Amino acid sequence: MPSATSSVDTLLAALTEVCGLFETSVFRGQTRVVVPAERLPEVLSVLKDRGLDLLVDISCVDYLDYRDPPMQMPACAGHRYGLVYLLASTATNQRLTVRVFVDDPEPAVASAVPLWEAANWLEREVWDLFGIRFTGHPDLRRLVMPEEFTAHPLRKDYPLQGRGERHNFPVITRNER
Amino acid sequence: MAVTEFGKLELPENVVVSRLDALANWCRKNSLWPMPFATACCGIELMATGASKHDLSRFGAEVFRFSPRQCDLMIVAGRVVMKMLPVLQRIWLQMHEPKWCISMGACASTGGVFDTYAVVQGVDRFIPVDMYVPGCPPRPEQLIQAIIDLQDKIQREGTITGREFDTVSRQARKRALVEIADPRMIDASRNPVIQREITADAESFAGRS
Repeated sequence: MPSATSSVDTLLAALTEVCGLFETSVFRGQTRVVVPAERLPEVLSVLKDRGLDLLVDISCVDYLDYRDPPMQMPACAGHRYGLVYLLASTATNQRLTVRVFVDDPEPAVASAVPLWEAANWLEREVWDLFGIRFTGHPDLRRLVMPEEFTAHPLRKDYPLQGRGERHNFPVITRNER
Repeated sequence: MAVTEFGKLELPENVVVSRLDALANWCRKNSLWPMPFATACCGIELMATGASKHDLSRFGAEVFRFSPRQCDLMIVAGRVVMKMLPVLQRIWLQMHEPKWCISMGACASTGGVFDTYAVVQGVDRFIPVDMYVPGCPPRPEQLIQAIIDLQDKIQREGTITGREFDTVSRQARKRALVEIADPRMIDASRNPVIQREITADAESFAGRS
């Protein structure tokens, strides 16, 4: 949709004006901006003020052993976790993807909860499955895995069948009273 | 009665069915009230089996009571994740005996297509199961056949006092990979057969990851 792309360009221009230049790329009409982790709260706040009022999703990609640079952008190579923030505007139907790269050990990024309440569970899910800490999150605990689970299962070095946690339960026999 | 190598007494399996037992079995088999433990897609087929076209109440399963205190047949329909398994066990323990369990579908029987870190590979590792229904999902007719087969099993093996539920030795032979120490449970870690299976499974885990 040409008009949507041009209005995203306007948005990016406004962002550059306020915050400085960031890496961007376009793929099949979808624009993404790569932001360093320490600039994230500022950038999200500016984008929210400029009309991207809906936080659609927060997700993450583990680039461990990935052969190409992420998104074919050489500037992004060398990092392990690529956080994805999908933003949308309810008024103008623009969409933008914000990418943030963080590394081991202790991957951490500022929480988006002060801007969007929806980020509460989205960040809990990313913490649960990838182990990325969100500083400033009011209640960072596991969401989909059981509370006593110790690993972060969607990391690439965690085996698909798990490490035996799924069968670590008492067996009930017929003569249970 | 024989003493097995594990030091447990083996109860005789062929129980003589007296007239009183036969009457009790007939009453119980024709009034199995299901407790639907539907976690996933098989739950939809379970609902379809209970609906009017394939009517399960023809076979005595008149009401699907959602309270375990009022049921005698638990139908585990759908995959059970490790987060749900303690809930399943709690519901099973809350049911009164005589109670039976049908594991409906591939996921409840073996984990199905989901051999992942979160899905229990068969609820029979942790719950005593009487009938397995294959399918993904099984057609209502298959589930009805399982209920009919369970009714035959109850008629064959039931007793009025419920002696047939005391099968500790039968449970000792069922597979369980890892067990937490608990005074209520049999100690399967002394069982050499289960030890061999634990090491073999641990090696295949290590090989796959």
